[in-house]
Amino acid sequence: MSERKILRGCVALAEGAIAAGCRFYFGYPITPQNDIPEYLSARLPQVEGVFIQAESEIASINMLLGAAAAGARAMTSSSGPGISLMQEGLSYMAGSELPGLVVNITRIGPGLGGIAASQGDYRQATRGGGHGDYHLIVLAPNSVQEMYDLTIKAFYLADKYRNPAMILSDAILGQMKEPLSLDPPPLVLPEKPWALTGARGRKAQLIKSLYLADGEMEQHNWHLHEKYRRLEREEVLVETDLEEKMEVLLVAFGSCSRMVHSAVELARSRGIRVGFLRPVTVYPFPRQALREVSREVGKVLVVEMNTGQMWDDVRLSLYPGCRAGLLARPGGGIPAPGQILAEIENLVKAGDGIDESVYQA
Amino acid sequence: MYYDVIFSGFGGQGVLLIGDILAQAAMLENRHVTWMPSYGVEIRGGAASCTVVISSQKIGSPITEEPCGLLAMSKPALLKFQHKVKKGGLLVVNTSFVEPEMITREDVIKICLPASEISYRETGDYKMANAVLLGAFVSLSRVVTLQGMEEALGVFFKEEKQKLLPLMIKALQYGSEFVCAGMNGDG
Repeated sequence: MSERKILRGCVALAEGAIAAGCRFYFGYPITPQNDIPEYLSARLPQVEGVFIQAESEIASINMLLGAAAAGARAMTSSSGPGISLMQEGLSYMAGSELPGLVVNITRIGPGLGGIAASQGDYRQATRGGGHGDYHLIVLAPNSVQEMYDLTIKAFYLADKYRNPAMILSDAILGQMKEPLSLDPPPLVLPEKPWALTGARGRKAQLIKSLYLADGEMEQHNWHLHEKYRRLEREEVLVETDLEEKMEVLLVAFGSCSRMVHSAVELARSRGIRVGFLRPVTVYPFPRQALREVSREVGKVLVVEMNTGQMWDDVRLSLYPGCRAGLLARPGGGIPAPGQILAEIENLVKAGDGIDESVYQA
Repeated sequence: MYYDVIFSGFGGQGVLLIGDILAQAAMLENRHVTWMPSYGVEIRGGAASCTVVISSQKIGSPITEEPCGLLAMSKPALLKFQHKVKKGGLLVVNTSFVEPEMITREDVIKICLPASEISYRETGDYKMANAVLLGAFVSLSRVVTLQGMEEALGVFFKEEKQKLLPLMIKALQYGSEFVCAGMNGDG
């Protein structure tokens, strides 16, 4: 019987990390993710873990790199500007094939921006963010339950693929409270024969991202590429709620998908046949699922709290001939279910086809 | 079943806390529930609010444009949110801080009570004003049971805070009885 509690999203995420066996946290304060380090600073010592407030985000990510190289399950968390500072370290981790979790409770950008909810870091998160040819494994929860579950999942994926993983979330999910079941899976920590644990009794090992010999770097990049292709084949997570003969398919991720869920219910109560697709992993993106679903649908509407970053991925994935419009609220605006419903009704009335229009809510 | 409510007041009056208690009670009664605080540069004495959504179905949006209910503990809270309340909805106002004339809505159910004075009279402390208003809100909206509320209070007021539990329960019950007795402040 699992324990049912009502928790803040950031706290659920921290409990997920503990449940996944994470015993090292390094971080530097920034709003709106401070609930995570505040909670873990008290929680980690209870499980003989280590909490370090680093001197900067650059230090945090490099401490994470070091802990990962030593074979530990470890994490850091930050928000917008702090995540930008970590990009060099993330690139090094991906290049060195080191697992670890980075949490981005996003804020509004660019620059110092603001602390309200935004999805403006989608592109940075899903494209890699730092220099070089790599991806992070990126999971985008949309409930407090998923803040817990997907954090556990992220640690396992990171270890399985020896690649840094990211939880992409925001202030809505970080601050809101919902009931959740704390149901930790049995803890299985994988063997890490590559880890730097001291060379007594075995040959010395090296973890690096520098390859200078002829062709070595190209070979390394192909090796990483094959890993990302495997992720795309085997690890895509997507939630769908479809109907027969859908008039409109809505696509949204993260907190924004909650408003879209409400709008879908409203539209259905008015007799409109609406479908809903939510990427749970935003990298790897559910290209195949979207392509198949969009084959049967004339119109697609992407709803995002940015100016259309996931829209790009949706348009790359649609069945040929199918087109997607965008309903956007960047800069801290939240698309209300009523606004989304109004746009759905406009699309239904508009007759056949849809151009790639941007609707400012 | 679906109900959404905004609890609003000054930071320090305990509006986030009573929202939290309501959410806890809803969970204990096996409802889906979300609790969403206003989020900004919050300070004691500044504006504070939270939205609680309770439903028998899975909840989409944790925020609301048109709440079924509003509990306003301060003037700015009333002025900011009263126009949003659904027609026929519920407005619970703390007249210890708000003049009843400031209420402009005629198309909602209004409950006015001087919660701070009541709190002081009933418990010897002004701080339970939030619980007085919560009691009034719950007995009118019937969104959770009063028993559920008392059980939820037990989750929050334990260990070193346990001595406050009987006072909170008393304040909650008085707010509820105030409504039942029809002692509406504006007649």
